[in-house]
Amino acid sequence: MKKILLVLLMGLLLSFLFAKSSFFWVEDVPWDDGKALIIKANVPADTVYLQKALEDGSWQTLYAGKGINLEYTDSELNPDLEYRYRLLVPRPTFGDSISFKAIAKPIEQWFYLHKLSYLLILLAVSFAIVYYVQKARKGKDYYIRRINGLDSIDESIGRATEKGKPILFVPGIGDLDDIQTISSLTILSHLAHKAAEYDTEIIVPCRFSMVLSASREVVKEAYIKAGKPDAYNQDRIFYLTDDQFGYVAGIDGIMVREQPAANFFLGSFYAESLILAETGFSTGAIQTAGTAQASQLPFFVVSCDYTLIGEELFAASAYLSRDPQQLGSLKGHDFGKLLVILLIVAGVIAEMSNWHWFKAFFEGAQ
Amino acid sequence: MKYKVPLIFAFVCGILVVISEFIPHRPFNMLITTLQDWFMIISGFAIILGQISLFQANIKKIRGKNPDWPFYLAGLISFSIMLIVGLFWGTQEYRGILGHGDKIQAAIGMKPFDYLFANAFMPLSSTMFSLLAFFIASAAYRAFIIRSFESNLLMITAVIVMLGRTSFGGMLTSWLPQGLYFLHLPNLSDFIMEFPNSAAQRAILISAALGIIGSSLRIILGIERSYLGGDK
Repeated sequence: MKKILLVLLMGLLLSFLFAKSSFFWVEDVPWDDGKALIIKANVPADTVYLQKALEDGSWQTLYAGKGINLEYTDSELNPDLEYRYRLLVPRPTFGDSISFKAIAKPIEQWFYLHKLSYLLILLAVSFAIVYYVQKARKGKDYYIRRINGLDSIDESIGRATEKGKPILFVPGIGDLDDIQTISSLTILSHLAHKAAEYDTEIIVPCRFSMVLSASREVVKEAYIKAGKPDAYNQDRIFYLTDDQFGYVAGIDGIMVREQPAANFFLGSFYAESLILAETGFSTGAIQTAGTAQASQLPFFVVSCDYTLIGEELFAASAYLSRDPQQLGSLKGHDFGKLLVILLIVAGVIAEMSNWHWFKAFFEGAQ
Repeated sequence: MKYKVPLIFAFVCGILVVISEFIPHRPFNMLITTLQDWFMIISGFAIILGQISLFQANIKKIRGKNPDWPFYLAGLISFSIMLIVGLFWGTQEYRGILGHGDKIQAAIGMKPFDYLFANAFMPLSSTMFSLLAFFIASAAYRAFIIRSFESNLLMITAVIVMLGRTSFGGMLTSWLPQGLYFLHLPNLSDFIMEFPNSAAQRAILISAALGIIGSSLRIILGIERSYLGGDK
């Protein structure tokens, strides 16, 4: 009996020692990269001071104010270190203060739970793309709607050839880490191949050196593939400047001086889109533009003959190559659209039915 | 081999970046910044390529007495001046080969590079940007010419939005009774911008995002290779 009582007493003592204080405690931020802690307090006092111990032994005040339902997130922490906090509750009548202390170490987690919805959508779309690519590999033929902006490439090259004037290709103002620039280069590959076949000169001014090297490689390979390596002129693919408006000024100069018969503005564009497109319009060139920047699309629509809107820019390579595998991946995009439509409808119904968890889940709420 | 190595790199880096987006634990949470650092280093070296290209292209045109050769000469001289003053006296807090150029700073108020940047480069850049105002006017004029039902609709919407954003628009419909206040031009303008406009923009953004997923997947899996210069 004595032993049982002793064990119970020890248990009670340990539970007191390790129990979370109901006045002041620190929690790790769940599902994060171990760089934040949440400090909580619930003290019925009008003024409390929340302080953090610094490396030199001094205390830094993080918060001063009411102590009821206090919640403070300390971020930019190091997951390898242990952090000490204290809560000071002043007692003016006694001329001192009560101190609560807490120690915690932020923990790195292995998954961002609030990104679960993104992961699920990404997996669903990726599996759909891979599935349709596999089906295409087995010989399934897919119908792809006509994209006028891409069908016009032949027309533009034909016009430039007839007039004996060059084609201007602008790969946007993004660097090579921008997927729009990469998509732009895939179109350049097809365009350069056609231009080589028709013996039409192609001018490619670049804003970044990385884009310059990639563009040169793409055009060179296209000329080799077309069986005309001697016609490749490296000097017509050149670097202008890194500056946004300097780049625009340079291209405007080329358009005015050399009067290209066809202009292609494909890639990432910002404020310069209209300056380029309007200058091109004034020279009478046939213009094709394409970008995923929604805010720049109206400018292109007004000033260009053909515009690739959003995803059409990314579909261009598949559309132009007519490679069954790539066309299969476009079917995957369509599945993604269907999924988004279904989610929007489900979201509207859920919100109308007061099931806010659905919206919260897709908003990335924890 | 010429294509295999880049394709393997693209696959490994692509997969790692996607994974690191969902794993907050080290080393995955450091991957994106590390790869960005690598990209910056490679870009830094690639800048030399750009400068060489710039010099070569301009010199060829000047030597060949291209009809517009004075422009190319001006470009080359400007480039050289900025390069020289930057190298000799540095920029902002960074010192150059000859130090900070204190005497020149005392005379012109700042370092030569910064002086040229503030007094030549910035006004030129702003001039190009200001052209946008005129181009918006000419583009809007063409867009609002009534040719069809759609262009008619576009013009009416544009007029409502433009008037609704001005105090004159508010004044025009200020007499409307409370019950018809939704027809007040600023309210109509806000409605157009908030609902039909946002819906259309989001539709484009969502489809572009799906396009990006598809494009990235094609590149990661090596289905899309034309960016490498070939497809064999």
